[in-house]
Amino acid sequence: MNDRAEHIHKAFDEELRQLDNRLAEMGGLVEAQLAGAVEALRRGNTELAEQIVARDKEIDALDIEIDLFSVRLVALRQPVAADLRTIFAAIRISSDLERIGDMAKNIARRTHAVSRFPPLATTASIASMARVVQTMIKQVLDAWTARDTEAATDIFARDAEVDQHYASLFRELLTYMMEDPRNIGPCTHLLFVAKNLERVGDHTTNIAEQIDYAVLGTRSAERETHDPTNTHIPAAEGQ
Amino acid sequence: MDMSPSTIRPKLTARGVNVFYGDAQALNQVDLDIRAHEVTALIGPSGCGKSTFLRCLNRMNDLIEICRVDGDIRLDGEDIYDPAVNLVYLRARIGMVFQKPNPFPKPIYDNVAYGPKIHGLARSRAEMDEIVASSLERAGLWDEVKDRLDAPATGLSGGQQQRLCIARAIAVRPEVILMDEPCSSLDPIATARIEALMDELRQNFTIVIVTHSMQQAARVSQRTAFFHLGDLVEVGDTDTVFTQPVDPRTESYISGRIG
Repeated sequence: MNDRAEHIHKAFDEELRQLDNRLAEMGGLVEAQLAGAVEALRRGNTELAEQIVARDKEIDALDIEIDLFSVRLVALRQPVAADLRTIFAAIRISSDLERIGDMAKNIARRTHAVSRFPPLATTASIASMARVVQTMIKQVLDAWTARDTEAATDIFARDAEVDQHYASLFRELLTYMMEDPRNIGPCTHLLFVAKNLERVGDHTTNIAEQIDYAVLGTRSAERETHDPTNTHIPAAEGQ
Repeated sequence: MDMSPSTIRPKLTARGVNVFYGDAQALNQVDLDIRAHEVTALIGPSGCGKSTFLRCLNRMNDLIEICRVDGDIRLDGEDIYDPAVNLVYLRARIGMVFQKPNPFPKPIYDNVAYGPKIHGLARSRAEMDEIVASSLERAGLWDEVKDRLDAPATGLSGGQQQRLCIARAIAVRPEVILMDEPCSSLDPIATARIEALMDELRQNFTIVIVTHSMQQAARVSQRTAFFHLGDLVEVGDTDTVFTQPVDPRTESYISGRIG
């Protein structure tokens, strides 16, 4: 919560707290899902992967719940200024978290396909990219709870790091595929996993932008979604 | 979209306005521009000075003996506190609608015709009929009363009475209409009608409204001025004031917070 004075209608404060609690709950679940998905992939644990896929429904349900709750708050409390911005930010954050949940589900779904192949060294690089992304999620959720815009700014720098990870993973996978066409199958799956993680970084950045919006009322201009692999594709073709 | 302030010449300007009731100061150094063809909403808690300020704009405070106004208020650049100003003429240019509808205990027709008659705006009965009809029409009341213009105004509903008061105010072709909580005694339907009317009226008039309803200020006005303890705390485009107020006092007030 923030340090603003209490509302005359105390029930409204309570409802805003509930909104924050729901978001925190959803954030915790999303963190666990992503960690589980990467773990399943790394260990080829298809049973865990199936659990992750099944649990995604809980995240979807929370997203809908937050959505309906927010609409109700707008209708009944007619919030303005920071209150209004907070509620809109919560709706957007919830939908970004829901998308991150989908990414975790997608990663988990590839476990089965990847586990049929002999392990590749790239899996370790995926795990280290995942660690950066997981730290970002944790940071952004903490920053939201504290309404800490400075911590939110850190997230942007982290996202650049994720993009670099993705670019280097792309090159690494390309090398394996060129080495031995039998690698194309598993490498393609891992490439999608890396892309999913890169998207998680983008959604996390969106959440960081919402902290700015809720607290300061400013919306950072749409950040250029730079796909770091674009520039490498022609070079790869040239080889 | 809003135009930048520099491109709009204000209809009314207030500079360094201080108001005292005896020894008590009700307004401190208020500077405010009221733009033409806009609705400006004055909001703030009870006793903040918003109604006092409104009443400075057509010198209604002159009627209160212990009230003293200093500072500079101009209508189209003319000092309205100049001793040479004709008050009757001034209040014809700057009309007022009050919190409680206050029709004269006379027929509907006479209520509207009263102002034009004393200002000599009609040379014939036909011209007067025209003024009455067009004023009632602009106030959105014509269709409801055209068949009973001789009926007593006091028989109308509250919302109709308030629209009659608006018709009466616009019958003398004012430039500015001041409204002091014009909807506070009306039900939501009547309120919505008055609000819709304000938006139409601003094509021809400049409107300043004092309201306790923040939602009303948000709905009807283009500019919002927030008063607190006699100070003008913040004035800005209504959409900015309600989404990104600058002053924490404004934020607290509009979002219903303590302190």
